[in-house]
Amino acid sequence: MTAVAVETSEPGHEADAHAADAHGHPPTNTGLSNDKVAMWAFLGSECLLFGALISTFFLYRSRAPLGTVKPHDVYDIPFTSVSSFILLMSSLTMVLALSAFNRADSRRAMIWLSATALLGATFLGGQIYEFTVFIREGMTMKTNPASSAFYVLTGFHGTHVGIGVLMLLILVILIAKGRLSPARAETIEIAGLYWHFVDVVWVVVFTVVYLLPL
Amino acid sequence: MTTTHAAPAADEHDEHDDHPTEKKYWVIALILGVITAVEVALSYVDLGNAVAPLLLIGMVMKFFIVASYFMHLKFDSKMARRLFISGLSLALFCYLALFMMFRQFGPRDDRQDIDLIETGVPQR
Repeated sequence: MTAVAVETSEPGHEADAHAADAHGHPPTNTGLSNDKVAMWAFLGSECLLFGALISTFFLYRSRAPLGTVKPHDVYDIPFTSVSSFILLMSSLTMVLALSAFNRADSRRAMIWLSATALLGATFLGGQIYEFTVFIREGMTMKTNPASSAFYVLTGFHGTHVGIGVLMLLILVILIAKGRLSPARAETIEIAGLYWHFVDVVWVVVFTVVYLLPL
Repeated sequence: MTTTHAAPAADEHDEHDDHPTEKKYWVIALILGVITAVEVALSYVDLGNAVAPLLLIGMVMKFFIVASYFMHLKFDSKMARRLFISGLSLALFCYLALFMMFRQFGPRDDRQDIDLIETGVPQR
């Protein structure tokens, strides 16, 4: 393992905080930009948050007084499967957006980013509809510990999707206004990391919460 | 003013240039879709105790496919991988610790949970 010293002059560094060396690596000790390291560290901490929420749901999923509606009584698996597929496909459109932006094809990047935001919003709409149906069928947040754990877990995930959709729309606006050039493609990559993480969390939630038998 | 930064070791980034092509992304998405369809089908088929492990295998496969290819973890720096895996390992530890705490690995009686909620006292 060899470490090579790379010299960067401060004015140039200020001009482009994301300047890369001759090999395309950012001028940091880690070879990754600080923004990207921060996002990975954030995602690592998010694993803990969702790990705790999923564990809580798993522990409480059968805890309900007799006669009250449990989450497993009201699930609509075909509907949630379609929602899950939509969210999975949004990860595809996200990587296609990054790929287009890396090729300096801003127009196509905007199309794919908008498609990702649309798919995310569709998933969110589906979740809101699902919650409405569950409440109508008698399963509210306060019905029993199982329902509370269900709403907290899926609600937290939905909030993350909502934040992701906002992030994507902001990126589309920035590209449209010319304030985000392909030279700063890493911004899209970092937003993409967040979006894919939201997707992998749903992969776990869908299996553990909806599909695993009691 | 000139600042000096140590560049990363070459072996940390050797895989960088190997990013999948757009065609490969479509194939990966197709595989993910197929796994999801199989998972949903499994939840309707009565395979007894085999359903849960099969669903979990499907889940782990999808998780690692998305993390490796879409999040580029397979091609990115080792540091990114370490950061993510540390969080993931801690989360798994948290999950297992909770299970141990609630004695989920031992014999379990759902009836006790229900009684606990209704009366506040576990019934024997």
